[in-house]
Amino acid sequence: MSTNNLKLIENPKGKFNTYLGLGIAAVGIIVLLLAPGFLTQYYVYLLATVFTTALLATSLNLVLGYGGLLHLHHGVFFGVGAYTVAIVTTKTSWPFAVAVLLAPLVAALIALVIGWFCVRLRGLYFGMLTLALGQLVWAIVYRWNALTNGDNGIHAIPVPEFLTSINSVYYATLLILVISLIILYIITKSPFGLMLLATRDNPVRSESVGVNVKRHRLTAFVIAGFFAGIAGVLFVLVERSVAPSLLFWSESAEVLIMCLMGGLTVFMGPMLGAGILVLLSMVVGLYTEYWLLVLGLLLLLLVLFLPQGILGYLMEIYNKSQDKRGGN
Amino acid sequence: MLQVEQLKKSFDGFQAISDANLLVPKGEVVAVIGPNGAGKSTLFNLITGHLQADSGHIRFQGKEITSMAPYKICHRGMARSFQLINIFSSLTVFENVQASVIAKHRLDQNFFRPAKKLFIEETLEILDSFGLFDFKDRSCSALSYGDQKVLEIAIALGSKPELLLLDEPTAGMSSEETRRIVNLIKHLSREKGLTILLTEHDMELVFDVAQKIMVLHQGKTIAQGLPQDIRNDKSVQNAYLGETG
Repeated sequence: MSTNNLKLIENPKGKFNTYLGLGIAAVGIIVLLLAPGFLTQYYVYLLATVFTTALLATSLNLVLGYGGLLHLHHGVFFGVGAYTVAIVTTKTSWPFAVAVLLAPLVAALIALVIGWFCVRLRGLYFGMLTLALGQLVWAIVYRWNALTNGDNGIHAIPVPEFLTSINSVYYATLLILVISLIILYIITKSPFGLMLLATRDNPVRSESVGVNVKRHRLTAFVIAGFFAGIAGVLFVLVERSVAPSLLFWSESAEVLIMCLMGGLTVFMGPMLGAGILVLLSMVVGLYTEYWLLVLGLLLLLLVLFLPQGILGYLMEIYNKSQDKRGGN
Repeated sequence: MLQVEQLKKSFDGFQAISDANLLVPKGEVVAVIGPNGAGKSTLFNLITGHLQADSGHIRFQGKEITSMAPYKICHRGMARSFQLINIFSSLTVFENVQASVIAKHRLDQNFFRPAKKLFIEETLEILDSFGLFDFKDRSCSALSYGDQKVLEIAIALGSKPELLLLDEPTAGMSSEETRRIVNLIKHLSREKGLTILLTEHDMELVFDVAQKIMVLHQGKTIAQGLPQDIRNDKSVQNAYLGETG
């Protein structure tokens, strides 16, 4: 996949009726609010994992789909967020809330440093540098025994009393997910979001109408890092442990595939992709240990037959039917 | 308004611009002409900051802008259109111009206002004066080539420039579409009081709209002056008009 392919992708918007979208979202949220009442604890846990991953994938899509930047290692900021919570709660006596607030900030700071270098490059080179610098962060986490506990990770992370039951964790992650999504959605519809699409379509032209393209991309990169950091907090709430594999590049690749699967062109696309992949990996895990093989085959089918992603494809059909009704 | 002095630029040993000089007075339409490969587009890219000059000076409104970043030059009141279609391909016609207006108002880093409610009137006014109003909600890639060229200029106008650079505004256009552009240029110059610098192959158009002409030949300014002087200039005839018949 090159950035040229990304450019071919139509705008992440369409004629999709806003009210219909809001309606679906409202019904979805009500169902999710009631879900713990009729699901077993395992499925509640699984859904909380989906929420975590969904936020991570949506934050990546700000850079990938809206910004058209080949960001190959977004998982780093997720891992940094999770590790910040883990380290602050286990190595300091600061309150849990401080750990939670620090996590997205530290993730954003690391994103600022990595992004500062990356936005100077284009296309595949941008992607390779995100990968290289991301792996550097992974190596530090993997090796810095004193701080991160090395490849053992940090386990039994203490959380406040009210977050010990899986149901309360479920509602906490759902609440944070919804708030984050609303903020991200507003950002995509803001002047910043419009200009981000413009810089994706045509960076040269954006620069000539007065936009500092590098700074714009860096801002998007940092915002995405910030929300990945929040996803990292959710991860700790759900799992209560962290390991260096969180920051390994294969983790990021999976998130990238989620975005592709759901569709880069639609705001909700990456969420759908995250839901499908998390649930599928669980189901596949029951039968075989070759999850990556299944993932590879899925990616192959996706790229060949559904390059616009599942939700992207559905939106296309919907828009076409609207066009017909409108008599165009 | 714009002064270019002894500008030089080479690419891998090839001297694209060897000695370019140009004076664009406020309120006038100035044309840069020259045979293919004379360096017209390179000169434009140097002026707007898309390329860095090796030496020489570019001054805009009395201030040095040589090798400044394009977005900074735009902030100072200079906007351009491109020879090849250079628009925001996935945005609607409206958004293409609106994006430029948003950048002009320096709101491109604003996160929390709904973009679709911003500068509607200002954007529609530009679209209207360019005859693009009816296409406003269309994806710009669905426009005809001629309309895309017009949109190309409309985006530049979104920056509310004082100096407008048009790089071959009629390249590849039919004679009817060319007339539309000519009228547009005259309108912008006379009614809006814009200073315009353009390059063009169509000599009829150049002598129709330009008040001053600069001739570029092999990267060098060989003449600059009123259209009738250029027409009678011996060196220009030899270098340029003779060549193309």
